[in-house]
Amino acid sequence: MDERLAAVTVSGLVKDFPGVRAIDHLSFEVAHNEIFGIVGPDGAGKTTTMRILAGVLAPDSGHATVAGCDVARDPEAVKHLISYMPQRFGLYEDLSVDENIRFYADLFGVRRIDREARASELLTACGIREFRTRLAGKLSGGMKQKLGLVCALIHTPQVLLLDEPTNGVDPVSRREFWAMLYTLVGQGVTIVNSTAYLDEAERCHRIALLYEGRLLFCDTPAKLKAQMPGAVVAIVSARARQVRDDFADADGVSSLVLVGDAVHLFVDDPDRRIRELTQRLDAHHIPYSEIVRVTPTIEDLFVEAVRGEGAREAGQ
Amino acid sequence: MTANGNSVEVEELVKRFGDFTAVDRISFQSRPGEVFGLLGPNGSGKSTTIRILCGLLHPSAGRATVAGYDVVKSPELIRRNIGYMSQKFSLYGDLTVLENLRFYSGMYGVERSVVQERIGWGLEMAGLRGRESSLTRDLSGGWKQRLALGCAVLHRPPIVFLDEPTSGVDPLSRRLFWELIQRMSDDGVTIFVTTHYMDEAEYCNRLALMYRGSLVALGTPTELKLNSIEGSLLLLECDRLGDAIGRVRAIKGVRDVAVFGNALHLVVSDDADVVSAIQMALEADRIVIARLQQIRPSLEDAFVALTAGRRALPSEAIAQ
Repeated sequence: MDERLAAVTVSGLVKDFPGVRAIDHLSFEVAHNEIFGIVGPDGAGKTTTMRILAGVLAPDSGHATVAGCDVARDPEAVKHLISYMPQRFGLYEDLSVDENIRFYADLFGVRRIDREARASELLTACGIREFRTRLAGKLSGGMKQKLGLVCALIHTPQVLLLDEPTNGVDPVSRREFWAMLYTLVGQGVTIVNSTAYLDEAERCHRIALLYEGRLLFCDTPAKLKAQMPGAVVAIVSARARQVRDDFADADGVSSLVLVGDAVHLFVDDPDRRIRELTQRLDAHHIPYSEIVRVTPTIEDLFVEAVRGEGAREAGQ
Repeated sequence: MTANGNSVEVEELVKRFGDFTAVDRISFQSRPGEVFGLLGPNGSGKSTTIRILCGLLHPSAGRATVAGYDVVKSPELIRRNIGYMSQKFSLYGDLTVLENLRFYSGMYGVERSVVQERIGWGLEMAGLRGRESSLTRDLSGGWKQRLALGCAVLHRPPIVFLDEPTSGVDPLSRRLFWELIQRMSDDGVTIFVTTHYMDEAEYCNRLALMYRGSLVALGTPTELKLNSIEGSLLLLECDRLGDAIGRVRAIKGVRDVAVFGNALHLVVSDDADVVSAIQMALEADRIVIARLQQIRPSLEDAFVALTAGRRALPSEAIAQ
C-alpha cells in the first residue's frame, strides 16, 4: 500500500524497554475508512504500538506513518491529524460535559466559530446531548467513555487511536460505543483500536494479532478463521465431563476443551467426525442435546497459533 | 453442606444502601462440583452479592448459606470454608513464590502437619516448581494467576470464589487456568465465578445473570443462548454497511441491529416477511447482500436481549 493511500503504515518497528523487547519488527498497514484492531493479551505490545503511532513514544528502529506523516520525524504534525484516546482518558470530573469539551477544543486549537456546531453534532451522535451541564464525575461509565470520544473528536481528526476503549464497560454500552465507531468510519475517519478482548476483534474490519511483541496474523477475522486447519465440533451434554474424559483419544480429534455445558473438539474432518462421534455417544449411552459444527472463535485461533509456535520452538 | 446438598443457597436476598437497592430479592442455588457464574456489568450487584456470601456484609433481608453455614450467624466458619481470588491477585510482589505460599497457609490456618505437603501441591499446581525463590512481581500474568489460585485453595476449601479471574491474561494461560478449575470441580469443589466478561462466562456450567440488582436469567450457557431471544438472530453481510444499518433499522419486525466487523446481527420477529422485506429494502438501495442467514445467538446477544427491557432511559443513565 502506498503511504499516501494508507492511513497508517508500520514497517519493521522495534521498541525495547530495559530487559524486554516490547515490540519486535512489527509491520502492518491500515487503509482509510477502516476499523483496524490491534489485538492481544496484556504485555503483547498493544499500548507501546499505540503510543508510537500517537507520536508520544519514539521507536528504536523501523518506520511508522500516520495520515502521511512520519511519527518519529514529525511528531508535532501528527498530533494535529490524529486523536489518541488512552486507556485513562483525562476527563475533568469536576467540570461539566460542556466545560470538558471546551477545554479540549482549546487544547487542539479548534476555532470558536467551528466548535459549537461540531460539539453539538458529536453530542447528538453519542446520545449525551441532554447532559451538557452535568458534571463529568456524575456520568455513568459508558457515558464517560462517550464524552471521552466527543473530546477526542472535537478537532475532526483523520485517524482515531483508541487504546482499549471498552475495558470494563458493560455489553450494552459496548455495543453503543461500537455503533458510534461505525458512524465515524462512515464520515471518513480511520480507527485503530487496541483490545485484549478476543471477541471484540470480531467487530473490526481487519485485525493484527499480537503476542509478545510479534505479529501472529494480520487479516480480516473471517480470513483468519478460514486459515485455521480443521474445524471445531461442539457437543452439548449434561455429562460434558464424561465426554471430555472419554473422547480425548477419538480418531481425528487433536484436542478438546470443556466449555461450560459443552465440549469443543478440534477435529480434522467435521462431517465425518460428527458421524463417528454421534455413534460413539450412543454406544456409550451418553445423553446429549446437540452435536454441531461451530465457528472457531478468535480465541481458538489464537490458542492454536501460540501452541503451534511453542511446538516449533521446542523442536529447535 | 445443607441437607439438600447445595453448597450455596441464596433466598430472596436484599441489600440496600440508603434508598439504593443494590441487590433486589435474588434467589439461586449451586451444587458441589459446579462451576457457577454470576454474570453482570459493573454496578449490577455482583460484588455486593459476593461480599454477602463471604460473610463480609450483612444482607438487609433474605437468607444465604455457604457450605451449610448462615452468612449472618457464622461468618467465621464461612471464611474457613472458602477460598477467594480476585482479579487483582492479592499476592505480595516483593515476596518470593514460596513466601507468598507460606503467608497464605498461615493466614488460612493450614495445619502445621500438612503445610509442607500443601505448599508442595500449590507449587506443582501452579507449575512453579524450581522457581520457589523468584520474586512474585517478576512472574508473567499467567503464572501469577495460577499462584494466586494456589494460595487461595491451600486450605482445601469446598467453595472457591473467583472474581474476574482471567481478565487480561493471554488466551493460552487462560485455557490452562480453566483446565485447573475444571479439575478442582471434578473433585467436588464448587467454583463460584463473578465476571462481566462473556468469554469467562462461557466456561461456567450454569449462569445467573444480574442486572441492576435483579436476577434476570438463570441457566446453562446453551439455555441462555437459545431462550433469550424472542424471534431470531440473523447475520447480514453486505456492502455499504453504514447505509444498510439505517435501511434495516427502519423495517418493521427488525428489533435490534448491531455491527460485527463486516457484518450486522439483526434481531427480527419470527415472521417470514421480515427476511424478504430486508432483501427488498437493500436491493432498492442497490446494496449487495453477500449473506443473510439465521445464526445462533452468542452469550453477548443473549445478555443484551435479556436486559433490553430493563435498560435505563437516557435521562436515568446517570451514576447512582
